[in-house]
Amino acid sequence: MDFQLTPEQTEFREATRKLCAGRFGIERLRAGEGAAMDRSMWSELAEFGVFALRNPDFGLGAAEAALVFEELGRGLIPGPLVWTHLATGMGLGAVVGGVERPTGPTLIEHLDDLDDLVVVDADGLWRVDPRALAGRPVAKPLDPLTPVALVDELPAGERIGDASDAARWRLEGAAFVAAQLAGMAEALTDLTVAYTRERRQFGRPVGSFQAIKHLLADMLVRSELARTQAYAAAVHLDDPALGGTERAVSAAKAVAGRAAIDNGTASIQAHGGMGYTWEVDAHLYLKRAWVLDATFGSSDEQAERVADLFG
Amino acid sequence: MKLSYSESEQALAAELRSWLAQVLPELPPRPVPGDWDARRAYDTGWQRRLYDAGYAGISWPKQFGGRDASPTEQLVFLEEMNRAGAPYVGVNFVGNLHAGPTIIAEGTEEQKQRFLPPILTGDEVWCQGFSEPGSGSDLASLRTRAVRDGDEYIVNGQKVWSTYAHIADVGELLVRTDPDAPKHKGITWLVVPMHAPGITIRPIRTIAGTTEFCEVFYDDVRIPVANRLGAENDGWRVSMVTLSFERGTAFVGEIMEAYRLCRALVELAAKVTRKGGTAWEDAGLRRDVGRLAADFDALWSLTIWNVSEASRDGVPGPGASVLKLRLCEAFQELADVGMRVLGRAGLSQEGTGEHLVAEYLRGLSLTIGGGTSQVQRNIVAERVLGMPKEPVWTSS
Repeated sequence: MDFQLTPEQTEFREATRKLCAGRFGIERLRAGEGAAMDRSMWSELAEFGVFALRNPDFGLGAAEAALVFEELGRGLIPGPLVWTHLATGMGLGAVVGGVERPTGPTLIEHLDDLDDLVVVDADGLWRVDPRALAGRPVAKPLDPLTPVALVDELPAGERIGDASDAARWRLEGAAFVAAQLAGMAEALTDLTVAYTRERRQFGRPVGSFQAIKHLLADMLVRSELARTQAYAAAVHLDDPALGGTERAVSAAKAVAGRAAIDNGTASIQAHGGMGYTWEVDAHLYLKRAWVLDATFGSSDEQAERVADLFG
Repeated sequence: MKLSYSESEQALAAELRSWLAQVLPELPPRPVPGDWDARRAYDTGWQRRLYDAGYAGISWPKQFGGRDASPTEQLVFLEEMNRAGAPYVGVNFVGNLHAGPTIIAEGTEEQKQRFLPPILTGDEVWCQGFSEPGSGSDLASLRTRAVRDGDEYIVNGQKVWSTYAHIADVGELLVRTDPDAPKHKGITWLVVPMHAPGITIRPIRTIAGTTEFCEVFYDDVRIPVANRLGAENDGWRVSMVTLSFERGTAFVGEIMEAYRLCRALVELAAKVTRKGGTAWEDAGLRRDVGRLAADFDALWSLTIWNVSEASRDGVPGPGASVLKLRLCEAFQELADVGMRVLGRAGLSQEGTGEHLVAEYLRGLSLTIGGGTSQVQRNIVAERVLGMPKEPVWTSS
């Protein structure tokens, strides 16, 4: 047993972090608000291997994918990253989004930018042409970098995968989104630590006060648990013989969703008045956390799943 | 990243399983709670069996009678013991996991030969004399005084929270030898024979009604200088070396206990009727339990992460404080859910609620013992996140 990153994994994680920080800094991301998707960014991500890294020619596993998604989360990279990753090799377009088949009208992320939409249900995977949907773009999405459109009804679509493919997508999707959320929880811890070390009141850094320190300690606890469980879920995907993959994945998604949301709330609080401004990044992470929590099973739903698997 | 056990780790697990299957049925019945002599006999009897089978001090170096187990092998050992329902380390805790490793690191040859073997065989039980009524979180402010008199120290003062002191043979004792030095610099580590004249031991009754903790009064107690570990006034450092010995495994038993409590709660909830169904059909309850079970899964993953880190580097990372913080609070939250499921059955500590109520009460100690959660948060913020030290507060 050796539940630590290999040197190659560390290198891979660092490379992804550099790519995000160097090429897609927060200013570039913020400039994308209200605009069409930045396709050149998408191509760069594809070139780096974000989407195809588990294909035979790359030959990497779920563990490496989790590390990549953790860094994409840390970098707040927008777009249907996990969906496009899952769809790689199926002959679909460059930008693939997805949704669990809804029972009524539903909101779909990035609808106007999608080349293909995949609908997941218990029976399989279904390709739907996003341009054929009469989606109504929402003027005020929660996350300014995740546009959503309201769709009244989804057609059945063309079947591109069976029930076992759908089950696999749900499992892998939840694991990789959990990794993204873990990366976001970590980023929130880091940016809050940095701010509270600099910000001075009463003649000293506010981060020297226990009231702030304890809030920061709780943020670290949440991000550490989210990170290790997201890694554990990915290792389970790579090594199903361990048993208990579903439980590991559900736990990862439940823990990471709450970690990102609770760290977002705590970060805004620790920033004081500045935390309530558009200028500070904390709200962007918090809003994205809700978007991703609602993808591949919310933390509430995943917690219930853990209970079902436990009881 | 790998979670599967290696062949040699699996072989150790198999060996332990077959030994446990053979030895556990031979054990005498567990002692009645509160009968401390019987408890001592039971726990040291188990220690003797471990010793005879070659499993005592599994993580100790071979030259001192241990097995030199890696942190991962130590984890395998603890997992198998827990899974099989083997007795806990119990009264052997301080000797095996604190005093022994400290003596291995800091003791002289004579001290090692005198004190280590009876720990492994279960012939000597150790207790700890660190905390004092006036020195809890601020342990280094301790005031129990030791004055040198020839080949002896004369000790006066009071210790508290000395677990199993009433059945211990020896104790690790922190005393102040230089009252004028800065507080961390005037402390000395002594081995105290618990039957020495001048020692008075009084059990403390806890909120759980149990009496495993004691207060210990030292009244002109004479301790040979030969019983000093490390140099005079170097005791603070000596007491800290042991912290690196648990190598990520310190809370394995407590996580297993949390899973047991989860299972007990689920079983209970499936029997309790509510609004025409069972309590377990209540989505709110399932969500609460599921969320906590997910946390325990993450805590288990973090344990494996920490153990793997210690196996690689030999030193544990900052993960232990992070782990303790969430584990202890999650345990309390789980026990609180348990009390809510019990409802009026929780008014009795016997019958249906016996285990849950006891764990609820015991759980309240977890965020206090071994460093309060408030101190843990300071440690995490200052030592892991590098936050500036707390200023001295003035009301102006």
